[in-house]
Amino acid sequence: MIATEFALFTIFVVAYVFYTGKSLTGPTPSQVLELPVWSTICLLSSSITVGIAERALKGNKIQMFKVWTAATILLGLEFLRQTALEWRHLIVDSHLTITTNLFGTTFYSLVGLHASHVVLGLTLLSLSLILGLRGSMSGQARRFELLAWYWHFVDAVWVVVFTVVYVIGR
Amino acid sequence: MSTTTHIGEAFQATDERPVPAKLHDWLVTVDHKRLGIMYIATSLFFFAVAGVEAALMRGQLAFPNGKVLPPEVFNRLFTMHGTTMVFLVGMPFFAGLANYLVPLMIGARDMAFPRLNAFGYWMFLFGGILLYFSYIAGEGLAGHGTAPDVGWFAYAPLTERAFSRGTSTDYWILSIIVAGIGTTASAINVIATTISMRCKGMTMARMPLFVWLMLVVSAMVVMALPPLTAAQVMLLLDRYLGAHFFDTQAGGSAVLWQHFFWLFGHPEVYILVLPGFACASEIIPVFSRKPIFGRAAMVGATVAIGLVSVSVWAHHMFAVGMTPVSNIFFVASTMLVGVPTGIKIFNWMATMYGGKIRFDTPMLFCIAFLFQFLIAGLTGIMLAAAPLNWQLTDSYFVVAHFHYTLLGGMLFTLFGGFYYWFPKATGRMLSETLGKWHFWLLVIGFHLTFDTLHFAGIRGMPRRIYTYAAGRGWDDLNLVASIGVIFQAAATACLIWNIIRSVRKGASAGNDPWDAWTLEWGTTSPPPEYNFAVLPEVRSSRPLWDLKHPDDPDWKYE
Amino acid sequence: MTSPSRLAGLVCVMSVASLGQTVHSVGNIFKPQATPAESVYHLSLLVLAVCAAIFLVVAGMLTFTIVRFRRKKKDDGHEPAQVYGSNHIEIAWTVIPILIVFVLTMATARVVVAIQNKPAPKDALRVTVIGHQWWWEFRYPDLGIVTANELHVPVSTAAKPAVTFLKLQSADVAHSFWVPQLSGKTDLIPNRTNSMWIDPRQEGTFLGNCAEYCGTQHANMLLRVIVQSSADFEKWSAAQRLSAAHDARIEAARATFLSLSCVNCHTVSRTSAAGTFGPDLSHLMSRDTLGSGVIPNTTENLRAWIKDPQAIKPGNLMPNMQLNAGELDEVVAYLSSLK
Repeated sequence: MIATEFALFTIFVVAYVFYTGKSLTGPTPSQVLELPVWSTICLLSSSITVGIAERALKGNKIQMFKVWTAATILLGLEFLRQTALEWRHLIVDSHLTITTNLFGTTFYSLVGLHASHVVLGLTLLSLSLILGLRGSMSGQARRFELLAWYWHFVDAVWVVVFTVVYVIGR
Repeated sequence: MSTTTHIGEAFQATDERPVPAKLHDWLVTVDHKRLGIMYIATSLFFFAVAGVEAALMRGQLAFPNGKVLPPEVFNRLFTMHGTTMVFLVGMPFFAGLANYLVPLMIGARDMAFPRLNAFGYWMFLFGGILLYFSYIAGEGLAGHGTAPDVGWFAYAPLTERAFSRGTSTDYWILSIIVAGIGTTASAINVIATTISMRCKGMTMARMPLFVWLMLVVSAMVVMALPPLTAAQVMLLLDRYLGAHFFDTQAGGSAVLWQHFFWLFGHPEVYILVLPGFACASEIIPVFSRKPIFGRAAMVGATVAIGLVSVSVWAHHMFAVGMTPVSNIFFVASTMLVGVPTGIKIFNWMATMYGGKIRFDTPMLFCIAFLFQFLIAGLTGIMLAAAPLNWQLTDSYFVVAHFHYTLLGGMLFTLFGGFYYWFPKATGRMLSETLGKWHFWLLVIGFHLTFDTLHFAGIRGMPRRIYTYAAGRGWDDLNLVASIGVIFQAAATACLIWNIIRSVRKGASAGNDPWDAWTLEWGTTSPPPEYNFAVLPEVRSSRPLWDLKHPDDPDWKYE
Repeated sequence: MTSPSRLAGLVCVMSVASLGQTVHSVGNIFKPQATPAESVYHLSLLVLAVCAAIFLVVAGMLTFTIVRFRRKKKDDGHEPAQVYGSNHIEIAWTVIPILIVFVLTMATARVVVAIQNKPAPKDALRVTVIGHQWWWEFRYPDLGIVTANELHVPVSTAAKPAVTFLKLQSADVAHSFWVPQLSGKTDLIPNRTNSMWIDPRQEGTFLGNCAEYCGTQHANMLLRVIVQSSADFEKWSAAQRLSAAHDARIEAARATFLSLSCVNCHTVSRTSAAGTFGPDLSHLMSRDTLGSGVIPNTTENLRAWIKDPQAIKPGNLMPNMQLNAGELDEVVAYLSSLK
């Protein structure tokens, strides 16, 4: 399934790269984009925290598991909050929407696709946390490991998106 | 032989419950065999529907200036015919065959994810219903409905809001996404099952070729469907959120759609035909009474096809105006992908060579397949030569070519598989007489139609035209092609009658009517819900051969 | 389609064109009449020969196998020798096809380069082709000509070679330009300029089609390439360069025409009709056909078309303008004067 998702994201990245510089009107990436340093730190750290949570669950340390899962969720939420703020700024101040030009089209669809995967991951993590609070997570280390893999994948995609959109594309 | 029946011993109770209870069982089942049958039955239903659509088109084209159908209806028909055949017949048939046979062939009790299996089937069915709902939605029957009319590959910008008003294109997008989820679920299931649920002693090397091919197809589905889904999501964004992915007025690229689509589209056609190859790889050895010639080479060739097929996509785009270097690259890769396919044809022939060939219906279909796929591959080489492609692409020559590969190749082998495994699934034999009628009528009808259409393309007849003027040199060719439809319809009628008659009154099949060698023939027909009384343990790729020939088992030579 | 058009469809194709030329109505990629089609033809001979040889060998072996190794009636029931494979044979029938592929690719590459990389000679005739749903716009920028649906080009002889270079663009969706005896097809894609060239060696009218599905009337987006001697071509282009005829006798008809909304879509040079959505009508009577090849250009057909284009080419983008009989007469009279 991760392979399928990888292929999906690749196509959106290809579209983004293909259309770089081809917008007929502004604004352009260099005009409106800023490096999302803080949100990237949050998201990448959340990979570390989810890894610790996973290890904790394997060792049946439920309390640790709950704490570090909560930390992961908080970091993920902060990432989403930063994304939301960025988009609000782009739409309201820079007048960039998905219909504005090719940059808007490819930017919002690629970053949005990633964000939707973050939302899905956070939903599943929250579910895990709730189940952990209710004591149903012991012995489920294998399943949580799959979720952790998914989360790592989402973070890896962000690295690619960050590089392509915010570093190279500007 | 005691060991043969040992794994197949089962207590077959007759089911005396009321019909609603039995129907409910089918509705909620997660049993791979039932889901397999449901997939195949549904895909045969859609096959009949798409066949009717084709017959209507050929009726319109039989004479110049035909007045059978107005252009809007014709354009919807060719779109629906193509979309149905690819997504609602070919892909589900793969899913059905794989789901039914893979666990049996590897000695497992079910697929790795039975509930995912059921989910996949119902998604496929809903996707199909959604697509056909488009006929009656929107403007309704009086306005011929709003079925999509943009062609099965839906080139941009014809599919953009500006040129495709109404919701017909959206039905195309959404139904394919939904049905595609079903196929992807099946593919993931096959991969997981094949990797983790083989019975004791069955290394990957000892898996039946059928299972190998289904594994490769599943891997291709997982990699090939995302470009289509991504492109369709982008198209939806264009149509509903005002995005500009393929909006040429805003600088978007129509060619980008083509790249994304064919990145999916070309592996897709191998996804369609490889399950047929899987059937042939089981049938030809059994009916030649020899093992498959060059097992390892066959596996290697299949993997090679899978890998190379993702590098050939732009041979559908030779006329788009790519640079000479790009064109030449795709010429090379396309011709190259013909090599492993040719190797497979040679290996099948070598399997028959020196054997004792029985001409039962499954084998007849496979033999016709060999001739027909040879021709299809050769017309493919002709089309791979880019300048020749500039003449022949988007003409009836291409239509003839891909019907040769899909009808003459995929469908013939799938029919062969159907006749071969029907006894296993139902416990009853299909009638050989009716089977042979089906076969010969189909051969005549298929060749009448599609041999002729090659020449229409050579004479300059383009695709997707609802009518043509007299005197262009196309009149007689189209008439002959349309007559072929009558034979194909008669053939399909034979098949349907054969199924209806045999399910009730067919001869009892027994465990192993064909004297075959893979594990599914070691259990009863139909198998019990748990497949095997005792999970088997194998020492070679032909476990039943070993049991039947203890003095000369395969594992001495493999 | 109405009855006059059905007959017209037949007559259209088999008729002698108004310029006294033969119509090559039956296309055939194996009867090239221009260099690109001829290069393809020669390549196709090689490819066909190779494919035919492969077919004979493989199908021959297959037939032999089926006949020789069928189970005899008096079969003893023993299984035949169980042969598992042969590495030598596998290598052989891997290497040989790869060699064949290599040869074919090289031969193909040469033709690809020859056709695509041909530089335009300085005296080449340049035409810009713009595809519309469902008609063709032809502009000759060096000659100042704008016309529709029928492409006039000079014939290319050994004494006087004449190459026509086409620039292909689209105003809406993807189309494709295909006249089989002159060249392979090249697509017209919006937001993209493609190019192709032809040098027809025989005079006459060659028929072609749009070859990329472009909507409802894709089937009736027909092409006519009219190949003329250089003298005739000069005459034609001189006539096209004149502004639209202004016949004083039909001043009233002209006024009627210009008062109707036809002018929103069509251009007639030196009048207030300057629409570009539909074909340029300045020299409408110089064309063989109407509606992009659908019906011959006669007065009755012109009348029928203007009265109700949807009856003749259903779904096309010229609506039924609901003209009354008087307006219809005047419009037909005026357009008939545009030679």
